[in-house]
Amino acid sequence: MSNASLDAIAAKSDQPFPGAPNNWRRFFSFSTDHKVIGIQYMVTAFVFFLIGGLLAMVMRGELITPEADLVDRTVYNALFTMHGTIMLFMWTFPMLNGLSNYLVPLMIGARDMAFPRLNAAAFWLVPVFGTLLMVSFFVPGGPSQSGWWAYPPVSLQNPTGNLINGQVLWLLAVALSGVSSIMGAVNFVTTIFRMRAPGMGWFRMPAFCWTVLSAQMIQLFGLPSLTAGAVMLLLDLTAGTSFFDPAKGGDPVLYQHFFWFYSHPAVYVIILPIFGTFSEIFPVYARKPLFGYRFVVVSSVIITVLSAMVWVHHMFASGTPSWMRMLFMFSTMLISVPTGVKVFAWVATVWGGKLRLDTPMLFALGGLVCFLFAGITGVMLGAVPFDIHVNNTYFVVGHFHYVIYGATVMGIYAAIYHWFPKMTGHMYYEGLGKLHFALTFIGVNLNFFPMHPLGLMGMPRRVASYDPEFAYWNVIASLGGFLLGVSTLPFILNIVSSWVLGKRAPANPWNAIGLEWLISSPPPVENFEEIPIVVSGPYGYGSDESLVANNPAGELISEHS
Amino acid sequence: MTTPTTPEKPRSLSFRTVAQLVALVIADAAISVWVGRQAYLWMPPQASAEALLVDDLFGFLTTIGSFIFLGVTTALLYSVLFQRADKYDISDGPPVEGNLLVEVLWTTIPLGLVIWIATYSYQIYDQMAILGPMEHMNHVPNLGLMPPAEAATLPAVPEKTPIEVHVRQWAWEFHYPDQNIISTELHLPVNERARLKLISEDVLHGFYVPAFRVKQDVIPGSTIDFGFMPIREGRYRLRDSDYSGTYFAANQGIVVVESAEAYQQWLATAAQQPLTEADNRAFREFTKLGDRPISAGWKTVEPAPPPRVNFASSEEDSYE
Repeated sequence: MSNASLDAIAAKSDQPFPGAPNNWRRFFSFSTDHKVIGIQYMVTAFVFFLIGGLLAMVMRGELITPEADLVDRTVYNALFTMHGTIMLFMWTFPMLNGLSNYLVPLMIGARDMAFPRLNAAAFWLVPVFGTLLMVSFFVPGGPSQSGWWAYPPVSLQNPTGNLINGQVLWLLAVALSGVSSIMGAVNFVTTIFRMRAPGMGWFRMPAFCWTVLSAQMIQLFGLPSLTAGAVMLLLDLTAGTSFFDPAKGGDPVLYQHFFWFYSHPAVYVIILPIFGTFSEIFPVYARKPLFGYRFVVVSSVIITVLSAMVWVHHMFASGTPSWMRMLFMFSTMLISVPTGVKVFAWVATVWGGKLRLDTPMLFALGGLVCFLFAGITGVMLGAVPFDIHVNNTYFVVGHFHYVIYGATVMGIYAAIYHWFPKMTGHMYYEGLGKLHFALTFIGVNLNFFPMHPLGLMGMPRRVASYDPEFAYWNVIASLGGFLLGVSTLPFILNIVSSWVLGKRAPANPWNAIGLEWLISSPPPVENFEEIPIVVSGPYGYGSDESLVANNPAGELISEHS
Repeated sequence: MTTPTTPEKPRSLSFRTVAQLVALVIADAAISVWVGRQAYLWMPPQASAEALLVDDLFGFLTTIGSFIFLGVTTALLYSVLFQRADKYDISDGPPVEGNLLVEVLWTTIPLGLVIWIATYSYQIYDQMAILGPMEHMNHVPNLGLMPPAEAATLPAVPEKTPIEVHVRQWAWEFHYPDQNIISTELHLPVNERARLKLISEDVLHGFYVPAFRVKQDVIPGSTIDFGFMPIREGRYRLRDSDYSGTYFAANQGIVVVESAEAYQQWLATAAQQPLTEADNRAFREFTKLGDRPISAGWKTVEPAPPPRVNFASSEEDSYE
């Protein structure tokens, strides 16, 4: 099956949808097609990625010299606040939601998500709160300058005295983002539970869907805490309540618990689908089944469970008693076990394979190396005595950028290249893809490695100016940052030009196994002419087993090898 | 295409393969131990007893981390270099779906490793006895400098009055209640456990001296007892480590660790000085309009006026 030629099916593409726009205009409409919504999410998110990246480059410009001499301190503080906020709430979450939206129904053999209108509504909230965040640059006093954690009392200070200020808009945007994500999570969880194709038992489901399920469960139990915290802070700021204001008897540390109870698991909401992407991509380009599939997918669920009890590791230097520090040190380190299971499984999948180093594979390998590094510094940070030294320093910033850029963004690029032919019906340009990979990988390491020695030396995060001994590593990091800016150019050129002019993609250009590869590129509206009947596991590389008992693409009869 | 018709039986490892593996593991371990030793050089000077403990822990974590990182990346690099498909080879690799023994091993070994790391970290933490804000210092912690039995029999040391650390947007101020001194420089006697009371007058701040490896958020509305053991004379940087608003980065200070005699001398001299206005970077920047970098004209919380102190730090930027 794996080596069956399915190119013939490619003929059936560009299927018009009765009554709906079937050209580019559909991407600007309230479409309920999960594929359209997926692409809407991804393109919107990418625009915000560029904005967040520009903010970061101005910050790196400021940090290239020790003095605060490029921008005013208030501007710098707004930059890092909005950079963090945009990259999380406007880039990674919507991007991964888009990817999951596009892929999950295809991978489980469904014609759409469980609640298509809810799906569209959840997406259309994204431009709404994105606009709120952007508008905050133009209100008096500027956007929020309290960091993306918005810790009170700084976030309650409001020097302008205006009711409409950057912090209020920020809190509204975060609360709306929470609502949108909860809507999305309900949809994903329902879809995966209820709409798997006949024959697709839990242990025949692709690892990517397992990770999406695990990630979206976190949204369901975690987001209410953050959203409630944001609303309480909003009331403190506007209505004179005193949940968190110590001057009026409130407890600022309570907010930190509300915030991190969600915002640490949120890291797993981000990284789990990336784990899923790695689990999909390594088998295809190593031509081997995913090693230890059951261990790999079950470990995602274990990560979800453990992620609910690690949040205090962000507060080791805060107002936490010793017993709490020790308890959360153990739980934090424990999470490296299921994560390690995955890393070793990917290495074993690649080992002894027949590797094809196409762009998606390069990005996946690069992402894996970055993730490994981040995982190791993560365990270090879990160790309380060491964390107390580097907490709130650049060591932490370096660590999480290896997670968020090194592993996540590289994983996202891997996914985009891998499924680009499926999504657009065109092949991308391999040479530009490889150039993009080289610039990204070098840029990530130049930009984020130097942050580790800086943190060890004691440079706090969020500083607009710093002592001269930190200048050396900061210059290198800034050069890396500018290189990362440049690295997006070949990507944009590649995506835009190949989407318009690229070679037509066959149904299965990578010879991959999976329901999405059995139908045309791009898939028709409602995906499957006939709901597939799944008869084997998802990674039958090297065996002759067939994945399905019928031909989900309809009229064409598939030829099995 | 050549797919095996029966699943491969696990072959017994040849002596040669075992020898190669053992050699690789030894090489990895040797390199990792070396990297772990280097880790001490990446840290600031070891100016407190806590620093010695934290650096040992970091060296240990770096050794283990390097071992894993090198092992995994070497395997990946080998695959990438030597296990690529030929250009026109479209066949699949061996259909190995897993190996229960291997999978159980790579679950249980990391689990054991994690328990080891956590236990070691716990012991270090115990020795540091960094006190959470909800506890009270009622014993002299054993810093690993003497066996616990001996430490327990020490005569009770008379409790010193703690030095009050006041922090606000954006200045550090140190109050010595017994001598009635206010200073912008924190002076501490060497080899004597420092006792501090951390007090924030407005927002969250963080007390952080990298050379001591200690850090504690200062939380408005509560007074935090804090302690550590300076063991090396010198001038060190104090930084605000928890984001505190516009001039956060400028909120720095100096800690001076000196001999008991020099410390007493300093206390005596400082007590003689009248209160004068200290230099304050945040206030200076805020009031010095003009020659500002790119500014959006956004309104900021105004810095508090410069502290009035008996002793003001004269060499703000001279430290190790």
